[in-house]
Amino acid sequence: MKTSMTPAMNCPASVSQSDTVMLAHGEGGRLMRRLILERIAWRFGAGDVQFHSDAACLGKLAGDVALTTDSYVVSPLFFPGGDIGTLAVHGTVNDLAMSGARPLFLTLSLILEEGLPLAMLDQVIESVAATAKACGVKIVAGDTKVVPHGAADGMFINTTGVGVYEFHQRMSAANIHPGDSLIISGPIARHGLAVLAARESIALSPSPRSDSAPLHRVAAELLETLGADLRTMRDATRGGVAAVLHEWAEESGHAMWVDGNCLPILPESRGVCELLGLDPLFVANEGTFVAAVAPHHVNQALAILQSHLTIGCPASIGCVRHRELSPVLISRGLGADQPLDEPPVAMLPRIC
Amino acid sequence: MCLGIPGQVVRWINRDATFAKAEVQFAGVCREVHMACVPEAEIGQYVIVHAGIAICLVDEDEAAKTLAVYKLLESFAEGSDEVPR
Amino acid sequence: MKYLDEYRDRKTSRLLVEQIRRLATRPWVLMDVCGGQTHSLVRYGIEQELTGTVEMIHGPGCPVCVTSTELIDFAVALSQRPQTIVASFGDMIRVSGSGNSLLQARSRGGKLKIVYSPVDAVELARKNPELEVVFFAVGFETTAPATALAVFHADALGLSNFSLVAAHVRVLPAMETIMEMPDNRVQGFLAAGHVCSITGYEIYKPFVAKYQVPVVVTGFEPIDLLEGILRSVTMLEDSQVVVENCYGRGVQRMGNLFAQSLIDRVYETEDRDWRGFGKIAGGGYRLRSQYAGFDACKKFTGMFPQDSIAATECRGADVMSGRIRPKQCPAFGTTCTPESPLGAPMVSSEGACAAYHRFDSFAIEIR
Repeated sequence: MKTSMTPAMNCPASVSQSDTVMLAHGEGGRLMRRLILERIAWRFGAGDVQFHSDAACLGKLAGDVALTTDSYVVSPLFFPGGDIGTLAVHGTVNDLAMSGARPLFLTLSLILEEGLPLAMLDQVIESVAATAKACGVKIVAGDTKVVPHGAADGMFINTTGVGVYEFHQRMSAANIHPGDSLIISGPIARHGLAVLAARESIALSPSPRSDSAPLHRVAAELLETLGADLRTMRDATRGGVAAVLHEWAEESGHAMWVDGNCLPILPESRGVCELLGLDPLFVANEGTFVAAVAPHHVNQALAILQSHLTIGCPASIGCVRHRELSPVLISRGLGADQPLDEPPVAMLPRIC
Repeated sequence: MCLGIPGQVVRWINRDATFAKAEVQFAGVCREVHMACVPEAEIGQYVIVHAGIAICLVDEDEAAKTLAVYKLLESFAEGSDEVPR
Repeated sequence: MKYLDEYRDRKTSRLLVEQIRRLATRPWVLMDVCGGQTHSLVRYGIEQELTGTVEMIHGPGCPVCVTSTELIDFAVALSQRPQTIVASFGDMIRVSGSGNSLLQARSRGGKLKIVYSPVDAVELARKNPELEVVFFAVGFETTAPATALAVFHADALGLSNFSLVAAHVRVLPAMETIMEMPDNRVQGFLAAGHVCSITGYEIYKPFVAKYQVPVVVTGFEPIDLLEGILRSVTMLEDSQVVVENCYGRGVQRMGNLFAQSLIDRVYETEDRDWRGFGKIAGGGYRLRSQYAGFDACKKFTGMFPQDSIAATECRGADVMSGRIRPKQCPAFGTTCTPESPLGAPMVSSEGACAAYHRFDSFAIEIR
């Protein structure tokens, strides 16, 4: 890259006036420092991002430390109900929350495609900052790289999250027993439909909105109240609720049974799923999770979920059974149990 | 084959022969639907939509008739010893 | 949702199942022609409930599955042509031709756009005059009016950068092909509701008379299907051979005349190669000569594949006509799997072979 700089890039004046990200922004010089200081770092509050050293000092943490990392690639970068910035914060916060940890710190690593409008970058960074603040987590370290046009889809983000375990329980599918109840925190399929409709320009009104939201507060209350009767929880992201159930079945060796008539779904999501021929169980969520709880705690768990989530309608959707043949079973229509497939490779509108 | 979903005509956008379009509601969501094949549809009526075009009007009388038969069937079965799940 | 939920009622469904069981004095063999019906039969567990009473053979009613490898190869080649973008429905892009699927071709630089409606592809062409937009038009008679409408729109807008690969197939010739097969086992047909929304059901009268097999026009929800099956069983038990309409809310006797005229103005019938079946006389629609300008097959003649290989090992037609079970096909589970299907019934997740494959991994022997 360094040997193939165009004349325009050698002229700092023209570069600094550019309204798009250029390769020179990633070259490590003054432009890069200015990009980071003027467009990124200041938004995270003085003292949080420690740009003058190569590593952030987190101090002593009270309790066992949880660490997670995730990369965010979404097309389009902006969609109703969120953007890649909210996802990058919520996703990692939720990974910590679902493991039973309290999220404290995030890193923010950006891979920018040459040509990305700086206004878009600003908007994403603003959204990262606001989301982190709302979640009560601090962005403590970061990195920025620029790749040539065509080498990325606008922008990729990686966030690594650090948290502490404040409770003894560790969330694991190994805690699940036959007879446990399966609970869903709210209406399903919202994020996947929002992104699909935006990406494929499927005009719908209202446009489907993502459920992107942080789950650490509700997770903490569930943990505190239910104790060991909260077996495990997982946010139903890629592959939707079906993916979580398949993972749990595999990890626990038991069967997950779902009553297809009990799945909470908003009427607008239902309409879109019917219209496009999608099964809402396979559609991604970003602020909705599945929990396995001891059966006598179902009502209490539902009450906690109800009090925390703005959209409401948490539901008990099924239970854990001894495994016979199929790992995941669903009852619909006539009531006979059917094996539920693993999520398909790609969620696409169909006509057949 | 041929996913067709009933939706309710909410508003005509235009009634040109070939380019006719209406806003059609499916549960909580609306979409513009090509209406060239069902130019007679009135607001409030249901059409079956396939691949973005309305392929027919829902015959509401026929639908009501069928449903009435089911209701009868159910009332007939009530009191019998079979327990539907 | 109105006109869906009422027809998914569990209680009524169970009553209908009971009625069918009471009525049948012997096991009957019915074919659901339509992939959408197959989908519901499997999804709602109807097939299982009727085990021993009615055997459902899932017919060739998935237009995506029966699209020939040759046409898929052609679309794949077009997607790799410079300044060209292939648009199609989501279900079409997963199916492989003799090499790649459109989805695989995209990962190698092919340009692909998934659309919900064919008319959206015309809009794509209008907005991108520098690109050639080719719509891969698959589907039965239900879908043909939508693609015909797209051609009208493109014509009215004077677009020269829009064309389509007309891969439409027709249901009735396929039903005739099945009835002509030696050792055919089908005793009655559930005709595809939404195809009949367009075509009406008078067209089945000569078919019923010729082959002496009852045809019941059937919808897609559990109660619709059970009602269709109940009517079929009633007719079979009474040795009645007629056409009946059990999808009155969506199908009129003569169908949608306006939609039929759209098809007629744009398309004419031709013999068509059906994947797994071979050539079916009158089995497809091609564009009429006055719309040749929109015909990708004519516009890009040179790119039509010369060396497409139809899988010879696949016995899809025998499976779809109920003559063998999927496991009796030598390719089943070996060279033919859901991940790399050879023939139609393995392609779609509701196809008979794919369904068997899925159940088989849990060691269940289903009928």
